[in-house]
Formats: sequence, structure tokens, C-alpha cells
Amino acid sequence: MDNAFKESIQKAVNNANLTGALGKFSEAYKVNRAKAYEGIDFEELREKIALLKGYAASHLDELSDQFTQNAEACGAKVFRTNDPAKVREYILAVARDNNVKTVVKSKSMATEEIHLNPYLEKAGIEVRETDLGEWIIQLAGQTPSHMVMPAIHMTKEEVSDLFSKEVNERLSSDIPRLVKVAREQLRPAFLAADMGISGANIAVAETGSIVLMTNEGNARLVTSLPKIHIALIGIEKLIAQYADVATILKALPRSATAQLLTSYVSIITGPTPNSDGSMKDLHIILMDNRRSEMASDPKFKQALQCIRCASCLNVCPIFRLVGGHVFGKVYTGGIGTILTAWFDELKKSEDIQGLCIQCGACKDVCPGKIDIPDLIMEIRRRLVQEQGVPLLQKSIYAVVNNRKLFHGMLRAASIAGKPFTSGKFIRHLPLFLADLTDGRSLPAIAAEPFRDRFKKIRQPECEEKAAFYAGCLIDFAYPEMGEALIKILNKAGIQVLFPEDQTCCGAPARYNGAYEVAASNAVDNINALLREEVTYVISACPTCTVALDHEFISTFESLGQTEWLPRARKLAGKVIDFSTLVTKLVDEGRLSLKEGRVLGKITYHDSCHLKRTLKVSEQPRNLLKKAGFEIEEMFECDTCCGMGGSYSMKLPEISAPILQRKLRNIMETGAPVVAMDCPGCVMQIRGGLDQTGAAVTARHTVELLADQLDL
Amino acid sequence: MSYEQFKTRAEGVSAEVHRFVTKEAALDFLFRFLQKEGVADAPQAYALWADSPFIEGIDRESLENIAGLKFEITRELATNARFGINQMEWALADTGTLVQDSSAIEQRLVSSLPSIHIAIVPTSGILPDMPTLLGMLHPKESAYIAMITGPSRTADIERVLTIGVHGPDRLVIVFVDELGGGK
Repeated sequence: MDNAFKESIQKAVNNANLTGALGKFSEAYKVNRAKAYEGIDFEELREKIALLKGYAASHLDELSDQFTQNAEACGAKVFRTNDPAKVREYILAVARDNNVKTVVKSKSMATEEIHLNPYLEKAGIEVRETDLGEWIIQLAGQTPSHMVMPAIHMTKEEVSDLFSKEVNERLSSDIPRLVKVAREQLRPAFLAADMGISGANIAVAETGSIVLMTNEGNARLVTSLPKIHIALIGIEKLIAQYADVATILKALPRSATAQLLTSYVSIITGPTPNSDGSMKDLHIILMDNRRSEMASDPKFKQALQCIRCASCLNVCPIFRLVGGHVFGKVYTGGIGTILTAWFDELKKSEDIQGLCIQCGACKDVCPGKIDIPDLIMEIRRRLVQEQGVPLLQKSIYAVVNNRKLFHGMLRAASIAGKPFTSGKFIRHLPLFLADLTDGRSLPAIAAEPFRDRFKKIRQPECEEKAAFYAGCLIDFAYPEMGEALIKILNKAGIQVLFPEDQTCCGAPARYNGAYEVAASNAVDNINALLREEVTYVISACPTCTVALDHEFISTFESLGQTEWLPRARKLAGKVIDFSTLVTKLVDEGRLSLKEGRVLGKITYHDSCHLKRTLKVSEQPRNLLKKAGFEIEEMFECDTCCGMGGSYSMKLPEISAPILQRKLRNIMETGAPVVAMDCPGCVMQIRGGLDQTGAAVTARHTVELLADQLDL
Repeated sequence: MSYEQFKTRAEGVSAEVHRFVTKEAALDFLFRFLQKEGVADAPQAYALWADSPFIEGIDRESLENIAGLKFEITRELATNARFGINQMEWALADTGTLVQDSSAIEQRLVSSLPSIHIAIVPTSGILPDMPTLLGMLHPKESAYIAMITGPSRTADIERVLTIGVHGPDRLVIVFVDELGGGK
């Protein structure tokens, strides 16, 4: 990672104003968003949006033609181009032709994308942003840090300093007063402006209409007062039918700001008369800037389903720590990473794509149904393809990929690590676990890995068999979790096999874009796990489960290694996570937990892959309740713990505060135990609790249940 | 039912909602409201009333005698008006939204520049939701469709909700039952 980039992260996470404002907002947002969507079937709604926007993305040319025809028939002038430079030139030419001296703008990300303001200002035209947030950052000489709330990173004190300079009067930081000042300052600008420039939230091909939404009312003035109106529109805003406007209006304000509708919505179709009786000079620019190219990319086409609500920023555990500016100058957050890679260049996304921890929170709320984490992974993959894997990582994968060597080194580490062991934790592990952040103790490598302990476990001979996929953490750090799992399955009459040749699930390589390495891990594991006939392949690590169940297949697909797909699918058909299998066994009456026990309070942490990829969240809770625990839910129970595999090593400055927030939420429940289904989360949370000295223990559900079997 | 829903939604976004059976009662309320708020024939105190079906059949001259009430709309006048009055044809119950064909600039001037916007709405213009509206109001007939949901607002400074930025800081909605409506 680039040093300047690392520094910008450091600066952001240490900016208390920024993290305070964003943190507060992100907490309130989740609650308010849920309220705004009450009584609405969100899945159905976003399916509709994905469909209509997906259709538009595959018919961009056709819809652009149709839009042009209809808008021109109503008297608008339509200009189409792929080139941002031509957009700037066109706008300047219209300005020059009409002797335009001042311009008022309502918020438009497309104009930010082409850096329009400095261009016009250089040509001697005065440009005034009128959206309050945009005006603030214009006065501050900054760029927007958020698509919907451009000045969310600034405090009222900073704003009052800016405004005070502007009006030459010392203003207090009273927010209503500051807003009043903005109204008074901008009103004359609206009235005097020769030209209004806006973006658009929607462009309707069927009617040639553009739809503008604001809360402040500035778009109404920008489109009504000056005699010239130019609307700059990225062609991803096109939709086919007028009736579909209602669908987008239903989702956009709810997702963006948790409103049922913005204060103002204008649907403009062709010019209307000005107040002096003349007709408005209406120009609509349809800008491509690589959007068509994106549409023809089978992977990235879905990014055009974005309706620019920025909910992916609002729910991102990283964004709320670092804010927008770390991401760059225009588009920020999850979708911003993708748009930057395309509208700017792939190279520019090199550092920022690494900010994504792959927790999947954005994918859950995206009204365009875009798999943002997957697209970021694809950027990673293409970067690696273009530039290769960094040398250090390469050597790590070489080791991970060589099962015998890897396991040998882990065993060696269990001995080498000893001098540093205090109780069950050590500070540093050699190799790829080295250099871990402060604020979290790390588990000692087990003196005897699970693969060795397994040989000593006496199991009953059962007809039904399951293969256990341990994963690195259970094998080498938490073998007791594996033993607990065997105890439980045996009780249900299932004998557990441990295929010795299993190796790393490939997640570390895949999440770093090294798909070739991940594919080779997949091949080894498929061979090992399908060798013997079993009913289930069970894993107690959601990241491994996701790898076995989904990612082997998608890795092969990405690389075109289709010959492996049938066996990968066969394996996926057998793969099951721990809590789902145990729930099934309990439901079938093959397993029972001790009845009537009162085990006290417990809180549950949802692991990202389990909740959002495998869609499992109720099963472990119900099992724990059945066993006699009382669940005390923590705030943000399904927010990432900050582990993210190697993420916590690459970006400890981000991982650590995410963990601290999680620990706070756990401790606030007052429960003495926090349960979870992922050994990675156990490592992160247990380590964090150890460092804070809290009297809370972190346990895998498998351990808690093994103690409560009905004998 | 749908009126009640509209009222709840609109009040939820800080609009003020009133309802009268007769035009007469509505007019009476309007005058008392203007008076209470200090309407006068002076800058920042007068009211502009844009062309609306509501005025039809009312003796214009008697209205023009009211100090500070004007029927001529220019952008200069609108700039210094405190009150803007017009008629919005439709109301969406599920979001508390008012809708109008705003192709005539005067309609936009009185609803965006003054600090108080008074909207007269025929009660029969209440529709359940947006899809119903879009089914009735087509861009072919209306070049500028305007929707208004509550007063102008922002949360751009520290996410603190503040009412009244570039548009009105009060939206007063007056439903009239006996107005035919929904064009």
C-alpha cells in the first residue's frame, strides 16, 4: 500500500470530529432506514429495480436514442458524448454564446466526475454551488466526501468559520443561523445567474423527461430562475418507462436519507416559459464516459444498476471510520471504489479497493441489488492479473499452498512461539500471522494440532458419515472446537472423518486477488473431501464454508477452469455449516439438548459470512436458547468484528477501532459470554477481550453446545 | 381514511394541515391566517396568489381590497413576498406529498421563493400513492411536474435537521371538500 494512502487513513481515523459525526450518523441511519421501509417488501422492490435498471444497462444505445428523440421533440437540445472533455467544451460554448457570467448549480456528481467547476472558473465564469453541503465544500476548497451528504465530514464550527469569512462577520456555530446565512447569501446568486446547471436522478427514455430530487429546493430554483438550464446526466440514469419512476422514487429517498420522499421532486419534460415570457433554453447532456464499456463487461454491468443512494457508504464499517476523502476526490465508499476504477482508471482503485473488508453489509442494503463486495474482489483479481501478486504475499501463498510445508511451519511455530506465550495467548506469531496489531492478543498455536488429536479420538462406528473440514484456525489454534463438534455429531449417530489431505480453503489468496492460488487450494480440497462417500461435509468456520460452498465454483468460473465445476458442485451439495446441521439433527429428533436448564445471559455475534452469505442467524440463537441460555442482543450484532482474515494485518489501524466498537457493544449487554460461529471472530474478539481484561468470554457455539448434550 | 393518512404523513414532515368543507370557510381561515401572520403591503410582508381554480367564482375585487394580497406574479415580486398561495391539484396519501402541473413559472415562483407557502388542495385530489399519480399525470400534458413534501429542509451540517433553506420554511396545506379536483 502506498505510504501517502496509509497516512491519509491514519489522519482520518484519528480525526475525532470525522469519526464522531460519521459514527453517530451510521448508527442512526440503520434504525431510520428500517423505519422508512416499514411495510415495504424490500427484496421485491430491489428485484424490480435490478430488473428495470439491468434492462436499461443492456439497452443503453437504444434508450439514449429514444430519450434524445423524445426530449428533442419537446424542444430540448440533447448532446451525447463519451468524452468528459467534450462535455466541458459544450457547456463552455453554450455559456460563451449566451454571454454567461454566473452559473448556479444544484448538486451533480456527474459534474464532479468531470471536474467542471475549475474548468468554467478558469474560463472566467463564476460558478456557485447551491446545495448547502456542496457550497460548504466549495468555500472550503474541498471535494465531496459522500455522494448524498458532501460535507458530512465537517463540524458546525468549521462551517461557521467558512461562512464568517464569506460574510465578513463573526458568526456563531448555531446551525439554524448558519442555514439562514446560506439562504441569504445564495438567494441573490439564484436571481442573478445567467445559467443553471443540474444533474438528474432519473432520465426517462419513453418521455424524454428528467427527474430531479432535492430537500432544500435548490434544484427548483436552478431549473426555474436562470434562462438557460443545462442538465448533465450519466447514461446509467436512463430508464425505459415513465411508470418506473415510481419504483425508483420509492427506494431512493428511503435508502439515501431514510425519507419517504425528498421535499421536492421535479419531472421536467422539455423547456417551459421563463418569467419574462421567453422560452427556457434547455440543454441535456447524456454522458457516457466508459459506462457503455462497463455495460458490455459481464461482471461489471450490474454496477450500472446503482441509483446513487449511497446506502453502501452508510452501512460500511470502514467508511464510518475513515470517511470519504480517503477514497478519492469524486465517488466514495463501496460503489465509489468500483466507479473510480472505471470512470477514472483501474490503477486509481489499487489502494482503495484494499479498504473493503468483505463483510457484505452493503450488499444487503443495496436497492440496485449490486453485489458490491464481489465486484471489488473482481477489481482485486484484475489488478493482480495486471500487476502480479506482491512478493511478500507471494511467498506466503507459496507456503500456504504447500500443505506439508505450511503445516510443518505451523507446528514449528507452536514450539517457537512458546517463549512468548502467556496463558493461552501470545503476542506475535511467525509467518503470515506476524506483525499483528496491538489491542488484540493472539491465540497460541496448539501444542498438538487437531489433525494429530483426531487420531486419538474414539468414535462409535456409525453408518452415516460426515467429513469434517477444520480450516487452519480450528486445526492449529482451536482444536478443542473440532473435538466438541465430533462429540455432538457422534451423539446424533454420525461418525466424523477427517480427510488428512485437506488444506487451506483458499480464502486468504482469493481475498487478495490471487485466484490461481485459490483454485489450486480448491482442487486439493475437492480431491481430499470427495475421496470417501459421506453425507455431509461439515465446517465450523463460516469463511471456510463459504469457500467450499460458493467460492470454489466462482473461482473456477472466473478462471475458466470449467473442468472442475462438476466436482466443485458435487462438493457444494454436501457442504453444511455447523449450526444448520445441528438444527437439522435436533429437528429430526436425532439430537437433544438438556431440557430445563437455566444457564444465564449470553449475547451472540453474527459473523459476516454466516449471516450475509449463508443467511444463517436464527439457527445458532435457537440452539443456544434450547440449551438454556437467555439471549441478550447487543447493538449492531451483525456488524463486522474487524478480523477479515489478513485484513487485520494489512490495515490494523482500521481493524482495531472496529474491534473496540464491537467489544463495547458486547460489554454493554452485561452478558458474561459472547457466542459466535466463527473461529476467526473468536480469535479477534477473544483476543480483544483479553487485552481489555474484561470478564467476558468469547466462545464458539460448538463449545457451548457440546457441554449441554442430553446424555 | 386517505385524508387521515395524508395528514399524518404530511405532519410527520412538518407541514401544517387543515381541512374545510366549503370554500367560504377555507377563505375565512386563509384571511385570518394571513392577518395573524401580519400580512401587509410591504416587502417581506405581502402575499402573492397565483392563478388557481379556487379563485374562480370569487369576487376578485373584494380580494384585492385586502392590504398586502396581490395577484400579479413576477419574479421581483415573488422575491420579496412573505406568503405564496397557489392550488395543488393532487395529494399522495402514503407520503404526504402535494403535486401540481407547474409548467407555468408563476406557480413555481409562489411556492419556492416566499417563506410561507399556502397550498389549497381539493380533498377529492387525494390519491393513494405515486404509481396512481403517474398513471394520471403524463409528461406529455405537463412539462414541469412539481411534487412538494413538507417545507424545505437540510441536514447538511452535522446531520442536524434544519427547516427552510432555499424554499419555504412553512408549508400550510388547506384542503377544501367542495372544490372539484383531480383535474
